[in-house]
Amino acid sequence: MNEKIRAEIPLEPERYELTAVPLYRFDVDRREFFKFLGAGVLVFSVLKHAVAQESGGARRSRGESLPKEIDAWLHIGENGKVTVYTGKVEVGQNIRTSLSQAVAEELHVAIDKIEMVMGDTQLTPFDMGTFGSRTTPTMNLQLRKVAAAARDLLIGVAAAQWQTDRARLIAADGKVSDPQNKRSVEYSVLVKGQQLAHSIPAEVPLIPATDWKVAGQSVRKVDGRDFVTGKHRYPSDQKSPDMLHGKVLRPPFFGASLLSLETQKAEQMGVTVVHDGSFVGVAAPSTQLAESALKAIHAEWKSEAQPSGEELFDYLKKNPETGEDPTGDGDRFETGSIDPALASAEHKLQQSYTVSYIAHVPLEPRAALAKWDGDKLTVWTGTQRPFGVRGELAEAFRMPEEKVRVLMPDTGSGYGGKHTGETAIEAARLARAAKRPVKVVWTREEEFTWAYFRPAGVIDVTSGARNDGTLVAWDFHNYNSGSAGIRTYYEVPNQRIVFHPTKSPLRQGSYRALAATANHFARESHMDELAHAVKMDPLEFRLRNLKNERLRAVFEAGAKQFGWGKPKTKPGQGFGMGGGYEKLGNVATFVEINVDSKSSEVKVVRVVSAFECGAIVNPDNLRNQIEGSNVQGLGGALFEAIQFENGKILNGRMSEYRVPRFSDVPMIETVLLDRKDLPSAGAGECPMVGLAPAIANAIFDASGMRLRSLPLVPDGLKVS
Amino acid sequence: MPTLRLVVNGNAYTLDVDPQTSLLTVLRDQLDLTGSKYGCGEGLCGACTVLIDGKAQRSCITRVGSVVQKKVTTIEGLASGDRLHAVQQAFLEESAMQCAYCTSGMIMSAVSLLNANHSPTESEIVDFMDGNVCRCGTYSRIVSAIQRAAKVMAGSPAAKGGSR
Repeated sequence: MNEKIRAEIPLEPERYELTAVPLYRFDVDRREFFKFLGAGVLVFSVLKHAVAQESGGARRSRGESLPKEIDAWLHIGENGKVTVYTGKVEVGQNIRTSLSQAVAEELHVAIDKIEMVMGDTQLTPFDMGTFGSRTTPTMNLQLRKVAAAARDLLIGVAAAQWQTDRARLIAADGKVSDPQNKRSVEYSVLVKGQQLAHSIPAEVPLIPATDWKVAGQSVRKVDGRDFVTGKHRYPSDQKSPDMLHGKVLRPPFFGASLLSLETQKAEQMGVTVVHDGSFVGVAAPSTQLAESALKAIHAEWKSEAQPSGEELFDYLKKNPETGEDPTGDGDRFETGSIDPALASAEHKLQQSYTVSYIAHVPLEPRAALAKWDGDKLTVWTGTQRPFGVRGELAEAFRMPEEKVRVLMPDTGSGYGGKHTGETAIEAARLARAAKRPVKVVWTREEEFTWAYFRPAGVIDVTSGARNDGTLVAWDFHNYNSGSAGIRTYYEVPNQRIVFHPTKSPLRQGSYRALAATANHFARESHMDELAHAVKMDPLEFRLRNLKNERLRAVFEAGAKQFGWGKPKTKPGQGFGMGGGYEKLGNVATFVEINVDSKSSEVKVVRVVSAFECGAIVNPDNLRNQIEGSNVQGLGGALFEAIQFENGKILNGRMSEYRVPRFSDVPMIETVLLDRKDLPSAGAGECPMVGLAPAIANAIFDASGMRLRSLPLVPDGLKVS
Repeated sequence: MPTLRLVVNGNAYTLDVDPQTSLLTVLRDQLDLTGSKYGCGEGLCGACTVLIDGKAQRSCITRVGSVVQKKVTTIEGLASGDRLHAVQQAFLEESAMQCAYCTSGMIMSAVSLLNANHSPTESEIVDFMDGNVCRCGTYSRIVSAIQRAAKVMAGSPAAKGGSR
């Protein structure tokens, strides 16, 4: 892992797909910005880690590229247009809107004057990637500072022009005004002919959340019209003149090696055939021809026996990842003395929980369009890490990163599944051979098979409690699934919490909320089991062992809205809860389920999510994220699982892998706790983590059956 | 290759194309109508939904040769000039989208439903729309958008627009 990246953000070990990305920065002149952007006002930051790799040497040809030793964040042009540059990308979380709100708020301009340039490695400042619910706590804050700095600069310009004290001036509605002298000037007029560059000061006074006018409002998706009219071009919609369509030959098993290859027939079809190491692919003027040519290729493969789904959990327990601290995180936490505490506990409980591999199933599969221009490569692709993919391309083609440009058009979702650059590399390899632009769009089957999965895992929990419901011991071991959300927020004097990395039969990586889903499932299920063991109400038991005020607040707010404690009204009904703390957010989820006694189907009827993530940036979008997290979470909780056998995926199609649909959706109520006194945090992940345990606990409440494996009821509830 | 005549969004096209080719491929690759999306290739996610003679069909499993005598409407042909169809407008007003990759197909399915049933109940909406997948999970907002559009369309026949 790159040291710089590591130092900035703690990365969970289950982000297996992330690899080191070297960063190059070059020594150029700030004035270049204005050549490129036109006159106006610019806000930039000087990179702390700038390395003048070419200092003293010849200046490279820049063409249209912006200087990179300083990062341009915001430019106000002579037409008053505000252009904001961020390496974050839009995958449906609606940050194009929420970040625009942040800029509009601090700069005091109308939101429709703002254009966000996102995820373009040539134009935007470096960004590690859009994941980990980091956009709101980091980028939103950064852009607020940038916009505040720009506002400050504009006031300075006006003060100089009017030769007046800047303290008398105010910025509002895209203007600087001098109320005492009853004069005002538009930003667009102020910046005319200027070439003013301003770095972000260390301390920028920001508008407190209590005074927000644009931020904090339910602003609709800023470019929503482009989406309801089909106008927006997703990565898979990208086109280029002379473009070919690429297809890649896939082995029949994971880890298979090529024994022999016969491509003559395909070559005779007038297509480009590439065989380079383990890569075999074709490019043709139409997808149909590319598919036919691919079928005409005859290949023999060799593969070795591999573990199958049936032995998965046994395999994970028996195959630790060898080597010293393989993920570099050494996730282990101990306090007190666990063994004596367990031995002396009045109630002791030992249980094991499992989670399956699941697939992200982004509705838009991976796609990339690659185009070579001499030794320069441009790729449009759907990735949550455009700069990471740039690094992957540079490495694959052994070329310097500044010759690679990756652009990310707003993409058809990711959920943590689009951190890698497979299609980008495939399209670029084919394009290089064909000497024409090539687009590769994965089929749904390819997406199911050759992307990566949410890690499967086994979680063993041993706990001890006193008769009065006080936790005394907590021994928690996660095998493979990951360490996100592994620490308990309940007060326990004696704890041992360990993440055990293991070998994985399938390729695995990040998935929305990471292992927080698995760890919360185990923890919150176990808490429910303990509550029953000590004969306490599950809510009372949790609150007894919980000091964290923010978490208590969501449990209490959710319980109130849900009507926790109310008697059941019909047979088959069950109530349950789960909650926790993750990615700076706090959630408590309450569910009502119904078990159909005839069909044995478990239906989630109602979900109440109480959520708190600091000062709310966009309430309706926040509700949308909470609702979506719950709906997506339903799949992994109830029925989603990847089945595999000896190196093959057995259910890698939409007809074989069930995802939540309209008829699965419960009534979802959200309770938002707006803490204007706290920094804003993200909400794309945390709201998901309470759902699975809440459902499991509700199933127990309805049926007396304790289910400890996700998915809980892929084939309905087998009532014994 | 045989010549096919196709009417899409009121425009007539003459194409050299294998009639076995999927309508989705022809729309996207030959007519540059990329609003209809590929999602599964099995007709099971609804992202590719278009109207054929006013009824929702999955264009990924529809052979182009089978629609030559019919009117095809895609998301690009739904608005009347700058005026959005009531369903499009309702999706905006309910914020019934996140990544919005499913949105074209959702809107086309909803238009088909409302063409046939002017005031569907919630369970009729759920039944009709169950073949359209939204992985971001905005289903309940989509139901609200369809209900909103139904009300608007009932109040103003002109708002129907739609399947030309």
